[in-house]
Amino acid sequence: MKVTFEINGAEKSVDVEPRTLVVDLIRTKLGMTGTHIGCDTSNCGACTVLLDGRPVKSCTLLAPMLEGKKVTTVEGLAAGGKLDAIQVGFHAEHGLQCGFCTPGMMLVGKALIEANPHPTEDEIRWGISGNICRCTGYMNIVKAIQHAAAANAAENTAGVA
Amino acid sequence: MFPAAFDYIAPGALDEVLSLLSQHGDDAKVLAGGQSLIPLLKLRFAAPVIVVDIGRVDGLEGVRRENGHVRIGARTRHRDVESASDLRGTLDVLLDAAPLISDPLIRNMGTVGGSVCHADPAGDWGAVMLAVGAEFVVKSAGGERVLPAAGFFEGPFTTGLHSDEVMTEIRIPVGAGRSGGTYLKLERKVGDFASVAAAVHVVLGGDGRIATAGIGLCAVGAHSIKATAAEAVLAGQEPTDAVIAEAARLAGEAAEPKADIRGSAEYKRDVARVFVQRGLHTAINRAQGAAA
Amino acid sequence: MAVDTTEAAAASEAARQAMGGIGVSLARKEDARFIHGQGHYVDDVVLPGMLHMVIVRSPHAHARIKGIHSSAAMAIPGVVAVVTGELLAQHKLAWMPTLSGDTQAVLATDKVRFQGQEVACVIAETKYIAEDAAQLVTVDYEPLQAITTPQQAIAPGAIVIRDEKEGQTDNKIYHWEAGDKDATDAAFARAAKVVSLETFYPRCHPSPLETCGCVADLDPVTGNATIYMTSQAPHAHRTLFAIVAGLPEEKIRIISPDLGGGFGNKVPIYPGYVVATAASLLIGRPVKWIEDRTDNLISTGFARDYYMDGSVAIDENGKFIGLRVNLLSDNGAFFADAQPSKFKAGLFHIVTGSYDIPAAHIVANGAYTNKAPGGVAYRCSFRVTEASYFIERLVESAAVELGQDPVTTRLNNFIQPEAFPYKSASGFEYDSGNYPGAMKVALDMLGYDELRKEQAEKRAKGELMGIGVASFTEVVGAGKGKDYDIAGLRMFDSAELRVHPTGKAILKLGVKSQGQGHETTFAQIVAEELGIPASDVEVREGDTDNTPFGLGTYASRSTPVGGAATAVVARKLRDKGKIIAAHLFEADVADIEFAKGKYNVKGSPDNVKTIQDIAFAAYTNIPDGIEPGLEGVTYYDPPNMTFPFGTYLVVVDIDKGTGQVKVRRMVAVDDCGVRINPMIVEGQIHGGLTEGFGIAFMELITFDDEGNCIGSNFMDYLIPTAWETPRFELGETVTPSPHHPIGAKGVGESATVGSPAAYVNAVIDALSHLGITNIDMPITSDKVWAALRSKGVTE
Ligand SMILES: Cc1cc2nc3c(=O)[nH]c(=O)nc-3n(C[C@H](O)[C@H](O)[C@H](O)COP(=O)(O)OP(=O)(O)OC[C@H]3O[C@@H](n4cnc5c(N)ncnc54)[C@H](O)[C@@H]3O)c2cc1C
Ligand code: FES
Ligand code: FES
Repeated sequence: MKVTFEINGAEKSVDVEPRTLVVDLIRTKLGMTGTHIGCDTSNCGACTVLLDGRPVKSCTLLAPMLEGKKVTTVEGLAAGGKLDAIQVGFHAEHGLQCGFCTPGMMLVGKALIEANPHPTEDEIRWGISGNICRCTGYMNIVKAIQHAAAANAAENTAGVA
Repeated sequence: MFPAAFDYIAPGALDEVLSLLSQHGDDAKVLAGGQSLIPLLKLRFAAPVIVVDIGRVDGLEGVRRENGHVRIGARTRHRDVESASDLRGTLDVLLDAAPLISDPLIRNMGTVGGSVCHADPAGDWGAVMLAVGAEFVVKSAGGERVLPAAGFFEGPFTTGLHSDEVMTEIRIPVGAGRSGGTYLKLERKVGDFASVAAAVHVVLGGDGRIATAGIGLCAVGAHSIKATAAEAVLAGQEPTDAVIAEAARLAGEAAEPKADIRGSAEYKRDVARVFVQRGLHTAINRAQGAAA
Repeated sequence: MAVDTTEAAAASEAARQAMGGIGVSLARKEDARFIHGQGHYVDDVVLPGMLHMVIVRSPHAHARIKGIHSSAAMAIPGVVAVVTGELLAQHKLAWMPTLSGDTQAVLATDKVRFQGQEVACVIAETKYIAEDAAQLVTVDYEPLQAITTPQQAIAPGAIVIRDEKEGQTDNKIYHWEAGDKDATDAAFARAAKVVSLETFYPRCHPSPLETCGCVADLDPVTGNATIYMTSQAPHAHRTLFAIVAGLPEEKIRIISPDLGGGFGNKVPIYPGYVVATAASLLIGRPVKWIEDRTDNLISTGFARDYYMDGSVAIDENGKFIGLRVNLLSDNGAFFADAQPSKFKAGLFHIVTGSYDIPAAHIVANGAYTNKAPGGVAYRCSFRVTEASYFIERLVESAAVELGQDPVTTRLNNFIQPEAFPYKSASGFEYDSGNYPGAMKVALDMLGYDELRKEQAEKRAKGELMGIGVASFTEVVGAGKGKDYDIAGLRMFDSAELRVHPTGKAILKLGVKSQGQGHETTFAQIVAEELGIPASDVEVREGDTDNTPFGLGTYASRSTPVGGAATAVVARKLRDKGKIIAAHLFEADVADIEFAKGKYNVKGSPDNVKTIQDIAFAAYTNIPDGIEPGLEGVTYYDPPNMTFPFGTYLVVVDIDKGTGQVKVRRMVAVDDCGVRINPMIVEGQIHGGLTEGFGIAFMELITFDDEGNCIGSNFMDYLIPTAWETPRFELGETVTPSPHHPIGAKGVGESATVGSPAAYVNAVIDALSHLGITNIDMPITSDKVWAALRSKGVTE
């Protein structure tokens, strides 16, 4: 069946079997391999994408559910070659090791600070608790998200001034 | 892991959904948030011929107050209950339970109605609905029924819902009187289903006595359990430590847990008791602090 | 003046940062691709004409195969082949050797011996078709009794699991001893006190977030075999592939691209790799096989599963004088532990730990069970974790029985700083250490004495709080090659360094990062040694055609061995640079000095040639009789292992009503010798402390009586999220390794090795006054509740 949606700002129309999982659609059909698969039971968040701005698990979505929606993947983070604050934060704070959870973590982090620009450490830990990282122990992921929040805040102040 | 093949349709109108369901019967599956159904499809534990997505039907979402009820559209996401902060003071138990369901990402998709219809014995909303005395509005091509939560849950993944029916709304009565509630959940980590959980909702009368108490237990039986004996022992009583302890004891007895990797039956029963005891204290404190 | 000094200091600090040598927390060079979503993992490899493979697995733990029916599967359009053991047997591939000298079924022919064992493989045009068809492969089984514990396995009359093995009449695998029995018996005979502990380190799983998989691409025309695979040891795997599959080694190219974690899980060779490779050869098209999570958890390298009991003999002064340990190991259906071949229980004999125990005797027995094979070292150096856990738990028991603070017991028995190099009773030579030093830093950071006071007050009120101590010592960085090998391949490692004419360099290594940041750390070693900024050093790993032979990354060996190789090869080039510098300066080589990337003639420090000048000259202006170029390769065989250590302290609060344990604080003081990139080192420690936390409190693979695996997906195999994970407080001491070229020891695993005992000791410390002496991991709330209720404690 045909499904039409927006991904990283570009409209796409694809022909898929209804049973196609969104993660597979993105990885195989669209060739964007930054969205990963870490489990079969919707527990790990390696497959996280933003659906109309909210983080969801793309392994637990059927392709036809995307009809008319907006999807953001890790490939959509850097706009016009400029890194998103969340990407800068992850690099600066050593928020990644093997990088497998990183796309999901960054997307969750970005959505989190958009909804709550000044999160506490508890709020960050709670917010990323649907995503597993096997490498970092989360300490630096928390810092990375704080880093991005601070950078956004600084930019907003600069914009006002 | 991928589902077996199926047909998919996402009607724009409820009538269309209902006629598809009456046409396909057991071959059809309603899809709401998909956070229980899709994992089952992937594991091939479910293999419907046709999936009917209700995601495009208008009017199934939102939390509203109307005519002495809080009305929750069946397709309201867990996340949107979590942020319905004006329920604080009226239905604390909902606000406390919502953030403990699965994880933040699942809560962005999963729906209250989906959870209730799915009737996982370890699903959190079941116990909450029993505690607050909810009613479920269900529709089929043949008409509408309103089913009380008590009696709705019949066994693991089995309810009073017929295969041609769709749940459209959950209604929770909110009467006069000061109320308080809470939800306590033992989980092994975030994203885990409950090992044991208890939902408590108390309404105090003008005299400071307990007017009604609702207690729902999760994951300690074949379905969500309403601890009626415990509720009864509280009704009309002064909220003393002794009464609370007795109610908690009765709630523990109402539990019918099975031993598994999470612990022995005795363990789960005792945690149910402990949670109901703690929950009643919190609920009563909150109710006493609340404005009438 | 003062201003000048500060300015000079600032300038020199800026230069240090720009160079990015040892000690600089350089942001990682490899990050760019990952934060853009451009990491390249095996599942991202797509080749033209690529087929997809799915494995059909046994639902039974033990059963005889009566027949396999694949016609229904073959009938589905898009199915290309169904491979069975029978087909493989025709190519002599039904069985393969394991890393511990046993054999393992690639696809079962006679019996299945664990639930999840590989029985058939479906190969199809798409993953969807392969999965649909796999459902239609039916197998007739005659179920046999399943053996799920090593105790059952070695009991007389137990059904023999490996009945296909010539001469195998029971389920015993090995008997192995270390240390000195007589000396140990003598010590126990004169002991004033003997303290014993029986404990079980349950089966867990490394479970990297990326599962295992491969894309095998065998070209029928050229005979070239390119295999993209999740490999922590690509060179060793190439050689093993040559041996297993009989492929000519010069035609095999293993490419291990970005790995989404490894933790030991990607050390062994799994049946899926072998079948995909054979299938690609037979079909003539590339074949991709990617495990799903259940495949990964139920069939690939598990960890631990050690039953340990032992005693410490203590003299009248509270000194440890002897240690006895008995070990019974559950190795699953095939003895496929990844470990040096001489040592049947890995390096478990490091079990004397940080303590000066003059006599020790270790007895280890291994047994077959109907469980998945492949005891790997989950973020650990060959069973060091089990050893460290045992001794740190036993010392806790000793402290309780002696009525001492556990810190006192440790301080009384530590190997003292002046005793290094220290020869342990079980045969290791510890390179360096300062155990009381690390302990003191940790106690200060925690505010230990205050917390003990708080604990006493809480206890008086009936509240449960505990402080756990662990002072671990690890042994990492295998070999030397003479003593340590994997399947006969000696455990050296390699580095090849080429400085280009423009002074930029490329470093190629035999080790393989799984997220440890090699592209940064190893560039920093070159920066330190040669003075080429780390940003100008490109690091390559994982492609056997383009890197020198090495044994790979596990057992914390990259820095101790590969890092040493890097320093040594850089020094070789530095020396060659001196010859070139002498030529440029028209001076004598003996008069050339080198510091921080600059050469000068003794006495004229201001007239310098930079390493970049020298590199250019190496290709443009080389003295007669000297080979052009600035390039070298080193195979480094370490003279000894390194011995990282540290003290971990944990504070827990326990809920009496539910038995839930909350980790309030976790202080970790690590000494891994010289830290190359402190930021990366800390990241490694954070990760290890989290895995240690998971192991202590939730990670578990277990089996029911029929051998059904419980813990076969992430619903049941529990991995901590950010919410449960404690907030770690890190400290450090630095005791360099005397034999390592830059004094580094390796740190990837210390925290997983050392922390489980600290967490468990904290729980036991909260409960020991009630007479509770042990709870086996994972410490779940129901176990704590049961222990409390057994002592009459309730809410
Ligand atoms: C990893 C993970 C962890 C989870 N943890 C928890 C937890 O801790 N607690 C908890 O309560 N839940 C948990 N869940 C389940 C989650 O809350 C689901 O969202 C919920 O159970 C189902 O809601 P849904 O909207 O996704 O329903 P779907 O998956 O779309 O449907 C579930 C079932 O209900 C039926 N159905 C759905 N909506 C209707 C309707 N309106 N009328 C009639 N039938 C309908 C469907 O046909 C299907 O059979 C978890 C899920 C996952 C994947
Ligand atoms: S892949 Fe694990 S949650 Fe989607
Ligand atoms: S960085 Fe490896 S899983 Fe998070």
